[in-house]
Amino acid sequence: MRKVVTKNEIKKYFFDGMSLMVGGFMGCGTPEGLVDLVLELGIKDITLIATDTATTERGVGRLIAAKRIKKLYASHIGLNPETGRQMHDGTIEVELVPQGSLAEKIRAGGFGLGGILTPTGIGTVVEEGKQIIEVDGVKFILEKPLKADVSLIRGSTTDFYGNVIYGGTSNNFNQVMATAGNIVIVETEKLVPAGSLNKESIHTQSIFVDYIIKGGGSNVY
Amino acid sequence: MSIDILLLKNRIAKRIALEFEDRNIINLGIGLPTKVANFIPEGLEIYFQSENGMICMGEAPKEGYETFEIVDAGAQYSSVLPSGAFFDSATSFGMIRGGHIDACVLGALQVDQEGNLANWIIPGKMVPGMGGAMDLVTGAKKVIVSMLHTNKGKPKILKRCNLPLTAKAQVDLIVTEMAVIRVTDKGLVLEEVHEDVSIEEVVNATEADLIISDNVKVWKE
Repeated sequence: MRKVVTKNEIKKYFFDGMSLMVGGFMGCGTPEGLVDLVLELGIKDITLIATDTATTERGVGRLIAAKRIKKLYASHIGLNPETGRQMHDGTIEVELVPQGSLAEKIRAGGFGLGGILTPTGIGTVVEEGKQIIEVDGVKFILEKPLKADVSLIRGSTTDFYGNVIYGGTSNNFNQVMATAGNIVIVETEKLVPAGSLNKESIHTQSIFVDYIIKGGGSNVY
Repeated sequence: MSIDILLLKNRIAKRIALEFEDRNIINLGIGLPTKVANFIPEGLEIYFQSENGMICMGEAPKEGYETFEIVDAGAQYSSVLPSGAFFDSATSFGMIRGGHIDACVLGALQVDQEGNLANWIIPGKMVPGMGGAMDLVTGAKKVIVSMLHTNKGKPKILKRCNLPLTAKAQVDLIVTEMAVIRVTDKGLVLEEVHEDVSIEEVVNATEADLIISDNVKVWKE
């Protein structure tokens, strides 16, 4: 299957009320061109899964600023004042998840697990409404898996088959999110022929990737 | 920030740096904790982990040497040492939750005599989210709180935190501009008092009960 496509060819996967995972940490490693596409398509009532909401001008923060998000799963929203404002207005429902638990919930979703047991959040509001499971006398919270209709991923170097390498700290949530979307779209900075990547260094294997877009988004961090 | 406050914060950072042992792997929070890196005693090899996906983090790059793919957990341009490595967020929090981090240093809104910490939310006022703090406090081998002793005169070291907790009974050491306080099974032990203040002043600025040993050390700079 040909995976390298134009934005036009993937439009059909986006719809009102969809769930979306977007990689990146404060915008570093966010596929800005694919965020542009979501904005251009005008879809709304999105459930967004992202570790933070960056700023109003950067990364997924732009989707918040454009009021496209109805429900948000994130670990940190403090640097995008618009997220807090919409949360207080009641226009966006926010579920704050500890960052490590968020990564594991997504990994569980992508790896076919029924959830994960973590000590993080025991004795805090995070455990409210969740199952507590004791293993050998130690209490853990059962954190359930997360999946999404579409995962938007940013790769640094990707081959035509969809093997991806993430440069520096741009990996962050991209690698787990690339396992947990029903459709996984990679926006790549560099597109290279098959065989040119060091096979031991591939972070996301082609099996997880459905489509590749040549990066045209902003590299400006 | 006034120069006085800046000096006090540097004092705290400098004292915390003395807590590390050679080859420790440390995670520093944003703000005051970040300053600790500036005061590592000579001869000690200390490695910094950044929870967005890097170990052996280097210094902030010189102007012109920044790359948008390498940032720290505060989303500032960063660099990596030759000994370093990058990884995804699930691995990063595996390091953190799995007890592979020797110490984490982070700020606090409140800390109490049972070692409870509150630093992620003021309901109705400030809801930045916990980010990676809950995982760090739960998983790091040693948790060091760095903060000014009071909030403009209002005690922050309490009998019992009244803000939502970040984690229960995980704090090991509290370092302020006035004192070094260790959390023990019996309560808070006043170990050191800065040369500029008296034991009485520390007690007056602290709501929690302090156990004052006969040989409280004078902390000289």
